[in-house]
Amino acid sequence: MDPTSETPPAAPSSPVATGGGLATLSVEDRPAADALPLDQREVVFDCEGVGVRYDGKRALRDVDLRIHANAVTALIGPSGCGKSTFIRCLNRMNDLIPGASVDGAVAYHGENLYHPQVDPIEVRKRIGMVFQKPNPFPKSIYDNVAFGPRVLGMKDQLDDRVEQALRRAVLWDEVKDRLKEGALGLSGGQQQRLCIARALAVEPDVILMDEPCSALDPISTSAIEDLMLSLTNEYTVVIVTHNMQQAARVADMTAFFSVDQGETGARCGVLVEVDRTDKIFTNPAHERTEAYVTGRFG
Amino acid sequence: MAITSSTTNGGGRPQLAATSRRLGERAIIGALALAAVISVLVTVGIVVALLIPSVEFFSEIPFAEFFGTSEWAPLFEPPAFGVPPLIVGTLSTTFWACLVALPLGLGTAIYLSEYARPRVRSTVKPVLEVLAGIPTVVLGYFALTVLTPFLRALGWQVEIFNAFSAGVIIGILLLPTVTSLSEDAMTAVPSSLREGSFGLGANRFQVSTRVVVPAAISGIIASFVLAISRAIGETTIVLLAAGQLARVSFWPGESVMTMTAFIAGTGSGDVPTGSIEYKTIFAVGLTLFVLTFILNIISIRMVRRFREIYE
Repeated sequence: MDPTSETPPAAPSSPVATGGGLATLSVEDRPAADALPLDQREVVFDCEGVGVRYDGKRALRDVDLRIHANAVTALIGPSGCGKSTFIRCLNRMNDLIPGASVDGAVAYHGENLYHPQVDPIEVRKRIGMVFQKPNPFPKSIYDNVAFGPRVLGMKDQLDDRVEQALRRAVLWDEVKDRLKEGALGLSGGQQQRLCIARALAVEPDVILMDEPCSALDPISTSAIEDLMLSLTNEYTVVIVTHNMQQAARVADMTAFFSVDQGETGARCGVLVEVDRTDKIFTNPAHERTEAYVTGRFG
Repeated sequence: MAITSSTTNGGGRPQLAATSRRLGERAIIGALALAAVISVLVTVGIVVALLIPSVEFFSEIPFAEFFGTSEWAPLFEPPAFGVPPLIVGTLSTTFWACLVALPLGLGTAIYLSEYARPRVRSTVKPVLEVLAGIPTVVLGYFALTVLTPFLRALGWQVEIFNAFSAGVIIGILLLPTVTSLSEDAMTAVPSSLREGSFGLGANRFQVSTRVVVPAAISGIIASFVLAISRAIGETTIVLLAAGQLARVSFWPGESVMTMTAFIAGTGSGDVPTGSIEYKTIFAVGLTLFVLTFILNIISIRMVRRFREIYE
């Protein structure tokens, strides 16, 4: 019945297994499990002509973008360029905003995410999200991580699942003795790692992060960036950031969004270019990208 | 030192001193303090006015008789002063009122806050507020002349005056209170929590019951407390629809007398001031006050406990 269930989430390591020997031009020096060049890895999201309108007013248009497996893709750009709006198209979070409508095509592992029969709840099980401000539930640390597994009925070996998620989010050692205490007693950086653990606990395929470090201090930011890099072994990560250094540090691919002012004066976000991160920052194809990354604009 | 002397202007008054003496501000502070004092004094006055005749009452009728015997007939000869029938009557109507108002009110609030489209919400809320504006005397007659005959038509042989009809209609009266306060509490829950749980694949019902309601629990409990206090204190509806027969009966189809119905009924009669019957009114009033007060304290405690856990 449900189209999403026809294609099980592809094992994130499959391209690695097939391409382990083809060590061609590796774009990064990490000893990660991805020896394939980025553009040959599996395409997780294939977006064509994606646009969003809020109450009929266009906020984003014509985004053509491919997001590859086991990599970090960063979305950068000035305020109002639609990068957050775009990332919310990838797990149908825009459905929750009254008056928002998405056009164009978003394919997830080749399947139309906006097909009428697709259940947004099934989508969000596989595509987890971490938000700008840490938003732990006002419950205990344990209950926060266990929330997703519980609502999805993944109740067996819940303790192990919680521990695994907290370990992967590099939070376990800090909280293992106080799992029953309130999550709001944690520091901002710990709260954000808790939110990442919460997203990992349901074993998603993709993690979307909408400016995950914007409310954090530099030390917490660096902890979360390390975490993002380690996650690409198992997950596909998409991150929105206004911090260009952050994109340069963590991202394999970078997409630059900007704002177009229409004839009527209406502002609308567009994708200017997407490429390997080193190329975007050293030798971008577009003047607008160059102006932004060199700090002359935005 | 040198700086100080050079900047003062002759008379020794510092330049940063207030130019006027701000009489207006002091007057405002005085007025506000007066308002606070008056409201405290009035409350104390009411309690004292309630206490003095009650103390006189209990010097004639012992506590043991008042709370320990179960016959209530203060106006008869020989009089009987056992208050339990009135307490039972109050608890009985309050129970039915809560059974209607709390689940229905919370359900409506969840629907309005989490499910309803803005247009539906903007229609339903004013309708509910109209419900809050219906005079209780109208509701009382509705219970007596519509609900009770309806129950009988359904085949349930309730008495003409009965605890159930009165309780249900009190519940209807309280519905807007519970709904409105609970909905406010849920709307105040940050939408980031909702997004967080939707982002984990929760459905709307799970988001409502596992995230929003727990986060809003202190406001929801506050609305429950207010509703229960008002159900205990509701007078007109029980006077009209629950009857004047004091007996220890929890059976919903039977007539009961509540504490408020006794006070209102007797107070509007012709008991002479200063008589024992007159003092009875105050003793019952004090009992009612203490009951409501204890309930409020318990619920404030509960709210605090939940708060510590959730915030």
